[in-house]
Amino acid sequence: MLNAVWLFLLVVGVGTAAVTGRIDVVTTSVTEATKQAVELAIGFIGTMSLWLGLMRVAEKAGLIESLGRALRPLARWLFPSLDPAGPAVGMMLMNMSANLLGLGNAATPFGLKAMAELRKLAPDGDRASDAMCTFLAVNTSAITLVPVTIVALRAALGSSQPTAIVGACFLATVCSAVVSVTADRLLRAAARRKGA
Amino acid sequence: MGDLVNAAARWLLPVFLVGLPLYGYLRGVDVYGEFVDGAQEGFWTAIKTIPFMVAILTAMAVFRSSGALTALLNLAAPVARLLHLPSEVLPLVILRPLSGSASFAYTADLMRSFGPDSLLGRLGSAVQGSTDTTFFVLTVYFGSVGIKDARYAPAVGILGDVAGFIAACLLTTLLFSP
Repeated sequence: MLNAVWLFLLVVGVGTAAVTGRIDVVTTSVTEATKQAVELAIGFIGTMSLWLGLMRVAEKAGLIESLGRALRPLARWLFPSLDPAGPAVGMMLMNMSANLLGLGNAATPFGLKAMAELRKLAPDGDRASDAMCTFLAVNTSAITLVPVTIVALRAALGSSQPTAIVGACFLATVCSAVVSVTADRLLRAAARRKGA
Repeated sequence: MGDLVNAAARWLLPVFLVGLPLYGYLRGVDVYGEFVDGAQEGFWTAIKTIPFMVAILTAMAVFRSSGALTALLNLAAPVARLLHLPSEVLPLVILRPLSGSASFAYTADLMRSFGPDSLLGRLGSAVQGSTDTTFFVLTVYFGSVGIKDARYAPAVGILGDVAGFIAACLLTTLLFSP
C-alpha cells in the first residue's frame, strides 16, 4: 500500500511536470527537499534529546509504575475475566502508562510481554482471545498526555508554541479510546450471540 | 475551556523541566546522568528519521512543484469542504495507519510548507499525535504470539483511528480557529 502511494506521487508528479513543462522546477525542488530533510532531522536531534532525557528521568523515578497502580481499577473493568494481580494485567498496565506518557519505545516491550502472558492464558489455536482484542483496542487508541515526538518535531521546525496541540491530542485520544472500547464490547457481544 | 487547554499546553514544558528532575531527585534518581543517557537516544531517533524524511519530502516536492498536488487537491476539495477541513490533511488518513514514519514525515512536510503554527500545521500535528499505526501494531502484536485470526480487532482499530482523526480535527479547529 505504501509502495503504491509513494510510486503514485513520483510517477504522477514527474508525468505532470513533463506535460506542463515544469521539469526544471521539479529538479530544483527535489534538491531543496533532500537538503531540508537533513536540516530538519538535525534540528530534531536537539528537541528530541531534551524530551527523551526528561522522560528517562520520569521512567527511572518510577512514574510508569505509579501510573500503573493508579490505573489498576480501570484494568479490572476492562478485563473482567483476568486476575487483576496477574502478570498479564501488570504488563498491560505498564504498557498503558508508558503510552500515556508518550514513551512509545518503552511501551512496546511491555506490550509484547503482555501479549505473551495473554497467550499463556489462551494457549490453543491461532485465534485472538477476547482479552487480546480488548488490549489491542486500548493500545491502538492509547490515551496520550504528551505526544513527545510531535512536540519535539514542532519545536525543531521553529514553532513558537510546540506544545499548543497537547490539549487537542489528549482529548482526541480520549474520544478514540472511548469509541474503540465501546466497539470492542459491542463486537464481542455480537460474536458471542453468533456462538463464535 | 479553550483558554484552559491552551494555558495548560503553554505551561507543559516548563512544568516538566522543573517537575520531572525534582521528582526524580527526591526519589533518589541520578537525574543528570539519566537525563544524559535518555538524551543520547534522541540523537539516534532523530538520525533514523532521515531516510523517511528524504523519501516523503522528495516525493511531495515532485508532486507539489509539478502542479499535480493542486490538481488532486481540487478533486478532493468537495470531500474536504464536506468535512470543513483543508484538503491537505486528507492524505494523513491513508498514511497514518500504514506507517508512522511516513505520516510523521508528511506532517513535517505540512509544517515546513505552511508553518508549524498555522492551522494546517496544528491540524497535522494533532492528527499525528492522536492516531496510531494500527495495521503495524496489529501485525507485530498478534504476530509475536502466533495469532492468525485477529477477529474483530482490525475493525476496532480502524474505528478508533477514524474517531481520533475526526476528534483531533474538530478540537484543533475549535481551539485555534480565528
